[in-house]
Amino acid sequence: MGAYVVRRLATLPLLLLGISAVSFALLSVAPGDPAEIVLHQRNPGQMPSPAAVTAMRAELGLDAPLPAQYVRWMSRALAGDMGRSYVTEQPVAAQLARRTVPTVVLTAAALGLALLLAVPMGILSARRRGGAGDALVRLAALVGSAAPSYALAFGLIILFAVKLSWLPAVGYGSAAQMVLPAIALSLAPMAQLTRLIRASVLDVLGQDYIRTARAKGLSEQMVVMKHALRNALLPAIGATGVILAHLLGGAVIIETIFTWPGLGQLIVGAALTRDYPVVQGFVTYLAVIVLLANLATDIALRVADPRLRYERVGV
Amino acid sequence: MGVLREPGTALGLILVASLLLAGLVAPWSPLADPTEINLPDRLLSPSPEHLLGTDHLGRDTFSRLVHGARATLLAAAATLVLSMTIAVTVGLLSGYYGGWPDTALMWVVDLLLAFPSLILALAVAGALGPGLLNVLLAVGAVWWVGHARIIRGITLGEREMAYVTAARASGASDRRIILRHIAPNILGPIVVLASLDIGWIILGIAGLSFLGLGAQPPTPEWGAMLSDARPHLQTAPHLILLPGAAIFVAVLGFNLLGDGLRDLLDPRIRRLAR
Repeated sequence: MGAYVVRRLATLPLLLLGISAVSFALLSVAPGDPAEIVLHQRNPGQMPSPAAVTAMRAELGLDAPLPAQYVRWMSRALAGDMGRSYVTEQPVAAQLARRTVPTVVLTAAALGLALLLAVPMGILSARRRGGAGDALVRLAALVGSAAPSYALAFGLIILFAVKLSWLPAVGYGSAAQMVLPAIALSLAPMAQLTRLIRASVLDVLGQDYIRTARAKGLSEQMVVMKHALRNALLPAIGATGVILAHLLGGAVIIETIFTWPGLGQLIVGAALTRDYPVVQGFVTYLAVIVLLANLATDIALRVADPRLRYERVGV
Repeated sequence: MGVLREPGTALGLILVASLLLAGLVAPWSPLADPTEINLPDRLLSPSPEHLLGTDHLGRDTFSRLVHGARATLLAAAATLVLSMTIAVTVGLLSGYYGGWPDTALMWVVDLLLAFPSLILALAVAGALGPGLLNVLLAVGAVWWVGHARIIRGITLGEREMAYVTAARASGASDRRIILRHIAPNILGPIVVLASLDIGWIILGIAGLSFLGLGAQPPTPEWGAMLSDARPHLQTAPHLILLPGAAIFVAVLGFNLLGDGLRDLLDPRIRRLAR
């Protein structure tokens, strides 16, 4: 166990290096001269003079060769300095930090909501396999995975904010303002988790130890809740990284629709205005988060499931 | 085709066929020009002349939806070809040769898997600048990653099969074994992966278009239509709900068809897909 954690941690620096290289490469494949983009942002409508462009290139460090730029960018990033936004001239790291809380609040609410419904639906569906309840849950999962979250978001706004006036349509701060975005964001992970839990409960219920538990006369309640569920939830834990990535991807759109001041809104604005340092910093930041989440998941799974500790590592 | 007795698959096939037909005939249909602006007729309610009304520039909504199917399907198909080409190439080479190329390629794959794909696509599209072609390139460039791993896994299994040993014994080159022997045998899983994927790709492309990075005005595209209709949310909610429903129907159709194809063509994929 300890050796496993150490081995996984040892690969982290290499992966971080790779992530930073991918993020940096994003900027270098971008067409157009960043120096000209910055000057356009600061003096819209004016053609920047060649002298100003040269000065700006020097100011941004773009006159150095690419490898040197990379080393400089990375050594600064390691110290927590991700550069400054081309548009607002604010430090990128501070912007990311400020935007993190709203996104964490929203994604946590959505994930909680998704789990709250997906776990009982998945169990019910597996226990009543082939029945009406199962058919209904499977239909819900099918619809949930095909519905675009942005269309759902507008549907919710039209119904609950415009027609019924029950809830505010946009904004950030109150609990009421979180209801609609959280529901819209939770739909896709809910569908995904429901399918996953259904499949894994079905899988577990077919195993020998469940037959033993039934044979010794335990109530069905006891068999499912105590014996089956503990093992059935392991794949759901294993999917944390994937679900997190989906939630963060969905948050980009949902935050834009609901004017939620989180990371998603920041990245969309930055991508549209070609604010490369913000895009770069954001992508690096998220990749590191997902990477750490995957690592934590793998370790947690090993703690929860002793069987994994005896399996050979690697594919 | 016993698989068609499954009602879901049959529905999927009907939905996908209708969409393909709509996309195919759109330019030659007698529908109104989807880009013709007619301001006096803006935001009209449905009528015999405009079946689903008109948008904020007086363009026929039904015509824009039908032409939107064409834009969406073409973009999704191109993205799929691009991402599958990369995935199959990487997966086959990695799985067949093993050794250090495999280690290196899979290391890159694992690395890219750490990036949420929609966000990486957004970043690439932002770097390339707005436009449907750029979105397509961006989504294609990030989408192959997970598939490369699955195809590698399948190739690893095929490599050990007797027919590969036989081909090698009869003097076939690596190139010939990969292209003429292994590739046709893994076609089933590839088709299944591709068909399960179109739904996600459509969602992704329409999402990026909605955010303003994809199709630019006046191109009729569902994601862009949603975004155009936003200011008219209170007065003309159907302008938002219709393209939303179109995306939903397209994704649902492809997902249902994909599920059916998976059951028909390849039970292996169930185990290998994460």
